[in-house]
Amino acid sequence: MQEVEKIVNGKDLFKRPEYQEVLKNKKQFESSMLAVNPAKVEEIAEWTKSWDYREKNLAREAITVNPAKACQPLGAVMVALGFEGTMPYVHGSHGCVAYFRSYFTRHFKEPTPCVSDSMTEDAAVFGGLVNMKEGLKNCAAVYKPKMIAVSTTCMAEVIGDDLMAFIIAAKEEDGGEYLASDYPIPYAHTPSFVGSHITGYDNMMHGIMSQLTEGNKGETKQRINIIPGFETYIGSLRSVKSIVEAFGTDYIMLGDHSDQWDMPAGQYEMFQGGTKLDDAKDCINSSATISLQKYATVKTMKMVEKRWKHAGGFSNPVGLKGTDEFVMKLAELTGTEVPSKLKIERGRLVDAMQDSYPYMHGKKFAIWGDPDFLIGAVSFLLEMGAEPTHVLCHNAPNGWEAEMRAMLDTSPAKDSLNVWAGKDLWAMRSLLFTEPVDFMIGNSYGKELMRDTGTPLIYIGFPIFDRHHLHRYSISGYDGALNLLTWITNKVLDQLDEDTKGIATTDYFFDLIR
Amino acid sequence: MGPESLEAKQKAAIEEILKAYPEKAAKNREKHLGVGSPNDENQKTCGDVRSNKKTVPGVMSQRGCAYAGSKGVVWGPVKDMIHISHGPIGCGQYSRAGRRNYYIGVTGVDTFVTMNFSSDFQENNIVFGGDKKLGKCIDEIEVLFPLNNGITVQSECPIGLIGDDIGAVARVKAKELDKVIVPVNCEGFRGVSQSLGHHIANDTVRDFIFDGKVNVNTSDVETTEYDVAIIGDYNIGGDAWSSRILLEEMGLRVVAQWSGDATLKEMALTPKVKLNLLHCYRSMNYISRHMEKEYGIPWIEYNFFGPSQTIKSLRKIAAFFDESVQKKCEEVIAKYQPMIDAVIAKYKPRLEGKTVMLFVGGLRPRHVIGAYEDLGMEVIGTGYEFAHDDDYKRTKEEIFRSTVIYDDVNEYELEAFVKKLQPDLVASGIKEKYVFQKMGLPYRQMHSWDYSGPYHGYDGFAIFAQDMDLAINSPVWAHSKAPWEKEG
Repeated sequence: MQEVEKIVNGKDLFKRPEYQEVLKNKKQFESSMLAVNPAKVEEIAEWTKSWDYREKNLAREAITVNPAKACQPLGAVMVALGFEGTMPYVHGSHGCVAYFRSYFTRHFKEPTPCVSDSMTEDAAVFGGLVNMKEGLKNCAAVYKPKMIAVSTTCMAEVIGDDLMAFIIAAKEEDGGEYLASDYPIPYAHTPSFVGSHITGYDNMMHGIMSQLTEGNKGETKQRINIIPGFETYIGSLRSVKSIVEAFGTDYIMLGDHSDQWDMPAGQYEMFQGGTKLDDAKDCINSSATISLQKYATVKTMKMVEKRWKHAGGFSNPVGLKGTDEFVMKLAELTGTEVPSKLKIERGRLVDAMQDSYPYMHGKKFAIWGDPDFLIGAVSFLLEMGAEPTHVLCHNAPNGWEAEMRAMLDTSPAKDSLNVWAGKDLWAMRSLLFTEPVDFMIGNSYGKELMRDTGTPLIYIGFPIFDRHHLHRYSISGYDGALNLLTWITNKVLDQLDEDTKGIATTDYFFDLIR
Repeated sequence: MGPESLEAKQKAAIEEILKAYPEKAAKNREKHLGVGSPNDENQKTCGDVRSNKKTVPGVMSQRGCAYAGSKGVVWGPVKDMIHISHGPIGCGQYSRAGRRNYYIGVTGVDTFVTMNFSSDFQENNIVFGGDKKLGKCIDEIEVLFPLNNGITVQSECPIGLIGDDIGAVARVKAKELDKVIVPVNCEGFRGVSQSLGHHIANDTVRDFIFDGKVNVNTSDVETTEYDVAIIGDYNIGGDAWSSRILLEEMGLRVVAQWSGDATLKEMALTPKVKLNLLHCYRSMNYISRHMEKEYGIPWIEYNFFGPSQTIKSLRKIAAFFDESVQKKCEEVIAKYQPMIDAVIAKYKPRLEGKTVMLFVGGLRPRHVIGAYEDLGMEVIGTGYEFAHDDDYKRTKEEIFRSTVIYDDVNEYELEAFVKKLQPDLVASGIKEKYVFQKMGLPYRQMHSWDYSGPYHGYDGFAIFAQDMDLAINSPVWAHSKAPWEKEG
């Protein structure tokens, strides 16, 4: 029974003898093997750690277990929230939207506005035109967004709804009451059964950039577009802007959700910050476009490079080398020297790397996440002399595996470094048991791996549900690399203390100074 | 003129809110909003609201889908079975381990609740069908997870649209593997909310566990006169455990938990119990009614939120059994009373008169009212994501005062109601949490207990009281206003 002076929640309550008795007593009715035959559970648990299990596990062709990817519309919602006053609108069932909103909200600890047009069985039969007509009208009337960005769920894609025709029809029927003929409603088809959330990001970004700029091609301006990609680190967006601003150049960040998902307390406004729509409409006239995430912007950048003939290209400013390349690209595009501010920042980062290198050097890491994140983070590990033993990318697009392999081949430890494209986190579990590493870098889904294998987890990635505020920091630019260095080094030091804290057994190595 | 009555304020708020909608939407939403009065015989449902209808397109509804109702609510917590999210990757990922259905087991070896199994549909599966892939998924699961006691197939939207026959695949595989394999057609577009998913899932329990061949041994459990099952408790934060302990203390034997911390065997044993105890009426009344009809097992609803309702419920349950149980029931009530008195003495002075607005799902919009009122808090608004008429009828008996009732409320309406009625606490879900916290309003998630709990039973009430005090009386809310900002 609770004691009023020391009320405990489930963490400690169920440890009490009366609850242990309840749980023990319940076992007689249970069919899970722990209740029936614990030795059998032990036997199978041991087997799952074996090479035999690993071979069977890695040979899977059909079932995905504990994925490290999500579906297209999630990325489309992120894009929409990076534009001024824009409501993400998902054409399909509202269950999907409840999921997208929960998922982002749990990560950012911030509200995530997004509507759906609540298609149900009759829409599955007759198509979702009626839903679209009513949905756009209601959305415009109630939330008064400056723009509505429409994406689709798999339901709408399977029945083959035509977004362009539907949007035109909705505007016509409304007759300008809520949806003026020039009301911006860009759209993108984002089928969940193709690619992953980064594909949806690409499709929606392509949709907004191509549709808002239609007919706006004019004089080219000395200005750089920056496309961040599926960036979940708010601080990264700010670091990137600060680097570009250091060059004193005119720029547009396309899809800047840094204010939307980082609202100050005091009052609630549904929309904050974002790329100005006037800027978005004019981005076609910039002289260059740089995408910070190659694999999340394949289609968008094809348009920018082939049709818009912009200079720029890809540059991934995560880690020292990545940031150097980004800075040099900006220097080249702007025709200016690298600003002294950045030179100093770089010097400080390198100084810190040289202070801390003994703790990362030679340490083995397992790491997973989105393809572009991995390119940057693995580069940083290599820059520190660490060994990325297992690099796993569940949503690896074409070309990623070869690029990652080439990176790993620059390491002296290359023969023990592995790339796992298209594998899930249940595969990772086998890899960690059979070829163990010192640390893991990944999202909250690594938590169960940490529990099962005992490998310490450094939380870097998306989603992160069970650690607070990490997303507010940067992992991009020199300051971002310093954050990576700090997080990783200090986790190594925490673990060193953990491993040496045994009183009168190992605590000779429990040094005060490290 | 005296101060405006609560009821008048609530009515005015509704009127004001409807003005923002285009005509058709306003007409629709008007029927879902109302003001409930306690014991008003004239009201058919609480506030006379209409429910279980299609959501107005284009507004930010908080509703989920049928898949969420089946995989996320009913089937997902059954711990020794593997639940395949059948279709594209997203649904299973977004719903993974989000509901805090606590269980005991070795995850990945004999239990699987927090994991995500997906058939990860690709374009070719849409074009050529996914039945073959599903069969292969089941084969691979059998190799890698040999201790699973069964598999359910939780259909995502495309399955029902492309004409796959998961029933046929399940039949063939069940025979081949001699195992329960349950095809669930809970595609997200079915119905208007997660509610239909509950119903569909209940029906598949009936068809594949009660009427099917179950591969676990149930013969070792002899029945007794005191056997009961807890139905509709998902063991969120351990709720079913802090309920179970009370039932056992009063001499009952809890044979099964549906479906938090449940196993296949418990579910298969349930048709032999003497009484089904139904907590979440909405999601599991279907299977309870079925057991009543088919096996003659009566069911009663109970409410373990807050001492007033808990005591009422314990006595209601005990009344069904003999005097020994009734005697023990009184002993249990007497045993916990001093603790509860102390909890109320400690927290009531800190919470008394604070007003609360709720928006949740299932049973909570009515069931938790009593717990707040036990602490002297006043619930002035409540509503359900996916309720039916019978829920709103039941709500009439649980409200204490004029209460604004909002069915399938959307973000715009809830925000407007809160601004107009200015409660001291908002209690709803994760999607709305930060909207209200931005405004400087204390907030508690009442789906997940905000990562605390349990809230059921006597021990749970102490935690509930402590958590509400934590939320309302935290110093952080006072920081919203900077010292240089002028009053007003």
